[in-house]
Amino acid sequence: MAGQLIGLQDFADSGAETMREALSGGCSSSQCGSSDKPDSMPEEIWAKIKDHPCYSEEAHHYFARMHVAVAPACNIQCNYCNRKYDCANESRPGVVSEKLTPDQAQRKVITVANEVPQLSVLGIAGPGDACYDWKKTRETFGLISADIPDIKLCLSTNGLALPDHVDEIASMNIDHVTITINMVDPEIGVQIYPWIFYKNRRWTGLDASKILHERQMLGLEMLTERGILTKINSVMIPGVNDTHLLEVNRVVKEKGAFLHNIMPLISDPAHGTHYGLTGQRGPTPAELKALQDQLEGGAKLMRHCRQCRADAVGLLGEDRGQEFTLDQLAENVAYDPSRRVNYQTLVAEMRGEHEAAKRAASESLVDVQQAPSALVAIATKGGGRINQHFGHATEFQIYEISTHGIKFVGHRKTEQYCKGGWGEDATLDGVIAALEGVSAVLCGKIGDCPKESLAAAGIVATDDYALEWIEEGIGHWYEQVNGQQEQRQSA
Amino acid sequence: MSYKIVTSQCTVCGACEFECPNAAISLKNDLYVINAKKCTECEGQFDVPQCAAVCPVPKTCIPA
Ligand code: SF4
Ligand code: SF4
Ligand code: SF4
Repeated sequence: MAGQLIGLQDFADSGAETMREALSGGCSSSQCGSSDKPDSMPEEIWAKIKDHPCYSEEAHHYFARMHVAVAPACNIQCNYCNRKYDCANESRPGVVSEKLTPDQAQRKVITVANEVPQLSVLGIAGPGDACYDWKKTRETFGLISADIPDIKLCLSTNGLALPDHVDEIASMNIDHVTITINMVDPEIGVQIYPWIFYKNRRWTGLDASKILHERQMLGLEMLTERGILTKINSVMIPGVNDTHLLEVNRVVKEKGAFLHNIMPLISDPAHGTHYGLTGQRGPTPAELKALQDQLEGGAKLMRHCRQCRADAVGLLGEDRGQEFTLDQLAENVAYDPSRRVNYQTLVAEMRGEHEAAKRAASESLVDVQQAPSALVAIATKGGGRINQHFGHATEFQIYEISTHGIKFVGHRKTEQYCKGGWGEDATLDGVIAALEGVSAVLCGKIGDCPKESLAAAGIVATDDYALEWIEEGIGHWYEQVNGQQEQRQSA
Repeated sequence: MSYKIVTSQCTVCGACEFECPNAAISLKNDLYVINAKKCTECEGQFDVPQCAAVCPVPKTCIPA
């Protein structure tokens, strides 16, 4: 089943409706997590998130999101943002997205929907603030949902203008909103926000942070009242709000936030941001993980977030945005739903199987006694399987396995090791550095050369589990290593 | 009596356009410009010129 994701839609031509019916409720029991937890989750919430790659860790193996950069204006200033670039709250800093008018955005989304059947979510995350630049946000969503009624809409905001638009957000069926909340204490806000623009004037200092904080809390409460799912993004700024984020987590959870996503500050003098220029550093991966571990059990954490660009298009870490720039779009486009419908049908079936495999993998761990936990890196191009060539991976999905189970803990980006067939040692070193702490890499295929280099660095790399479901492959690998150890011990 | 935009610094975010109470700001050839005939410096309407108060780039909306 190589390239199964690409070929998926071709298999799904027959019996769409019956297949869907037979499989509905396919995720009824189990570990499937939000990271994926239908067990404890009310039906209507699962229905909202199950195809949303940003809210459901499971969905991000199957569905793609796209962002359109229609909202360039912003009403606040953050110290980690240089407004020559996109909003640094949702995108990676230092990125410039192609600004679109609502009409251009409509053409772009339809073109993508016709070519990328995985598409399930349309987001507006800037390049400024989607709520402040509200007219363009509203027009864009209106145009596109008229053409593609089942596409899920989401938006991101700093929260200042949010309360003014909550009722319209609800009436437009926007069911996911991201608010960036970096503090719940204005004294800390002073170090993050130099000014805001509110009620026809500019506010600075404590006043600015007080107003912003009050508006963020009001907006969050209003969304919760209306049953709209919220994700809170927090930028972790060492020495400024890193320890304070525990308190942020507690408060946003109390006010009904569905997910809390901690993002590392990315600070680079070349970006010309206040923090970049004053030498404020970002957290190390270890600091980030330590904070995320402390927050487990607060508002659910979203470890798979990858700070995509304001004009990103794609699945997992991929970004196909460059294939769909304005100059490549046709003048007139018409939406053809057939490929998306077929793909969705097939995914419904796949997920049932994936669930069963996950459950089996967890259950079989009972046989492995007293083994240490381990981190495993997976190369996947989607579909929930170990199916990517090691050299083609631009990021690895990291799972933690112990005798208690298998859980997704994050992703790590690498420079692509193999470009056109010949790996270069320098990049392989980079990959090895990115895999720090990882015991094994499971991938669809790997050559002898990188395999040996990884082995020298103490990392097992293997394609023995190619095309298995991710959790299944990890379980098999774990049994195999720990089984061997037991034999050795008893010998 | 009017404001102007220093186009070399402008990020073309458009915030000033929709804050201007007199519709004095518009996009011309992908650049925002202030129509001096319509601009009142916000006199009598607001305490501060709205374009300058919202603009994210220092010294970009300035007296002409
Ligand atoms: S909200 Fe976004 S665009 Fe506005 S200043 Fe902050 S990071 Fe920049
Ligand atoms: S000063 Fe006031 S009236 Fe003049 S362009 Fe700016 S916002 Fe408009
Ligand atoms: S607010 Fe400033 S940066 Fe934005 S368009 Fe107006 S002049 Fe340009």
